[in-house]
Amino acid sequence: MAKRVGAEGSFAVAEAVRLADTDVVAAYPITPQTHIVERLSEMVADGELKANFIYVESEHSAMSACLGSSAVGARTFTSTAGQGLELMHEVLYLASSMRLPIVMAVADRALSGPLNVWGDHSDAMATRECGWIQYFGENAQEVFDLTLCAFKIAEHHDVLFPVMVHMDGFHVSHVVEPYLLPDKEELGDFLPPINYPYPLDPNKPITMGAFAPPAVYSECRKAQDVAVNSTHATIENVWNEFGKRFDRHYKPIETHKTEDAETILVSIGSFNQMAAVAVDKLREEGKKVGLVRIRLWRPFPLQAFRQAVKSAKNVVIFERSMTYGGTVGPVCAEVKSALYGTKGAPRITSFIGGLGGRDMSPKQFEALFKRAQEIFDKNLDIQYETIGVRE
Amino acid sequence: MSTLNTLQKLKDAGELFMPGHRACIGCGEVLAMRQVCKALGKDIIIANATGCMEIISSPFPTTNWNVPWIHALFENTAAVASGVESGLDAMRRKGKGPSQDVTVVAMGGDGSTFDIGLQSLSGALERGHNFIYVCFDNEGYMNTGIQRSSATPFGASTTTSPVGKNSIGQTTQKKDMPLIALAHHIPYIATCTPAHPTDLAKKIKKAKEIKGPAYIHVFSPCPTGWGTDSDVAIELCRLAVDTGVFPLGECVHGTYALTKHIKELKPIRDYMKLQRRFRHLSDDVIDQIQAQVREHYAIVRSKCGVVNN
Repeated sequence: MAKRVGAEGSFAVAEAVRLADTDVVAAYPITPQTHIVERLSEMVADGELKANFIYVESEHSAMSACLGSSAVGARTFTSTAGQGLELMHEVLYLASSMRLPIVMAVADRALSGPLNVWGDHSDAMATRECGWIQYFGENAQEVFDLTLCAFKIAEHHDVLFPVMVHMDGFHVSHVVEPYLLPDKEELGDFLPPINYPYPLDPNKPITMGAFAPPAVYSECRKAQDVAVNSTHATIENVWNEFGKRFDRHYKPIETHKTEDAETILVSIGSFNQMAAVAVDKLREEGKKVGLVRIRLWRPFPLQAFRQAVKSAKNVVIFERSMTYGGTVGPVCAEVKSALYGTKGAPRITSFIGGLGGRDMSPKQFEALFKRAQEIFDKNLDIQYETIGVRE
Repeated sequence: MSTLNTLQKLKDAGELFMPGHRACIGCGEVLAMRQVCKALGKDIIIANATGCMEIISSPFPTTNWNVPWIHALFENTAAVASGVESGLDAMRRKGKGPSQDVTVVAMGGDGSTFDIGLQSLSGALERGHNFIYVCFDNEGYMNTGIQRSSATPFGASTTTSPVGKNSIGQTTQKKDMPLIALAHHIPYIATCTPAHPTDLAKKIKKAKEIKGPAYIHVFSPCPTGWGTDSDVAIELCRLAVDTGVFPLGECVHGTYALTKHIKELKPIRDYMKLQRRFRHLSDDVIDQIQAQVREHYAIVRSKCGVVNN
């Protein structure tokens, strides 16, 4: 029977790793991910989790150890945040190109400098070219569910890609919330044992990580791109199977009151919960407004996104990271690219905020909705505005 | 085990590193690696750092490896091997993975060992993984075109420690990497060369048998980088040992031993004169290096409990 428990998002992630009977955890502590690795360490110390915990000396080595462990066919988990994800950066590409089904929870954090340990999406967005499957959970229940699903997705033979489960640092990782924690019995056969098809094994030697000269490098890249784009169906199938079993439902793109919406707000991560409250309030005022949550960020669910916003006249993006010197932030760039040239493409503007842990209230989302209306009504050439900055 | 027996066994072991690789003519490193593989046997998994040995053996879609082999990056090989070892261990406890005992081996050159991968190696040694780290030391970044590393000896000319009006070449002393490894209190370290194959094979066997991390340092002459004829790698190994430049020894659970004790060190000039990287050095500088080598060898000897001579 599922228990209703109160816990931080971090602890919920650790419970999912325990229920998955993970073989190896390799991780290095960094705020705000620490509670995940602390809880996992306790579980290993108490024998609740029969895994080897590799206490590596850096995040670079954390991801590198994950490569090795995953390559021999062990179920492998790690977790990090901010600078840690950046230190892993070059190793991330190896995990995806070697098709290693590593699962990583990221308590998303701002990047230095200046040093800031609080939440935003700078780290997540900086890794968007690394070839991982990336999706976002907004609360303890979601990160529990999505971490569990991540193993099933990553290890599926039609996928074999690493998965990052993102949660906003502190806003999700450290907030104590009630969530439903199933037991092993209830989990049943939802997550079968890992069966990695190409492990390093002396009984069947393989070469992993051969180098690719110009004559084959492009083919490798194309093959990887095709492969990651073909994971959409499996991701949705796993989420649907999870939904049937546990009655909690996840989609690559989720909508809130968008049916007749003229203006659609688009966001990722914990912003969504505030934005949803704002949408409800604005609806009470008679505004035709809805919300699109991007849950699956990589591979980007292009068709589902287009479908979700197809009737909107205006699209307003809220995001938690910047692209210095770029035209817009990374989420807005993705959205513009997805919609450019489509029939009846909406007007688009964007706001960047919640940087380095700064709170955003539902009231601010309401105000920004109104500011967006002004930008559209006056036809202002504004690509993005940074929210609430003292100048 | 007699020397002849060991040689016969190496011969019978078959090849795990297959012919057809792209190493330079006369490469001492690839010879050493082939010997290491033979001594290890087939029940191994190798994590290999970026470098000469990786690049000459694995242009996709070909491979020279007849054992499971993974290459990821330049600086993370010890960490990859940590994961391999921990993964196998966790799976074994749960009745999964290969049924036989598998020896986990990490391999890298001096660049990836002394420099860019030192942190990763230190972490893996400190954590006590049951694995063997093999450093093939050719004293520089040879794969990228003969740049200096912290393994390049004093006075050697490389493309980034060139001889010039104001430079005699490399101006720093080579790191004592085996001692750095030993500072992690690991149960086994050894130095080897491909010119001493039975010694090498015995040490690899010991490293396999001893539980915990083992560090094997293999002297690996590079004709291209050192500026030598292509038929002197073996001679250079012998001279390096006989001049005291590269003492052959081991340390088992903290007890040092010279495995080849040189009573009368040969003059360093014998070793240096075969190599273009040293040919600019004046007699004064060579004398200075000679004194340093003797001093170092005396320290090694005293550590190994050799008091006389």
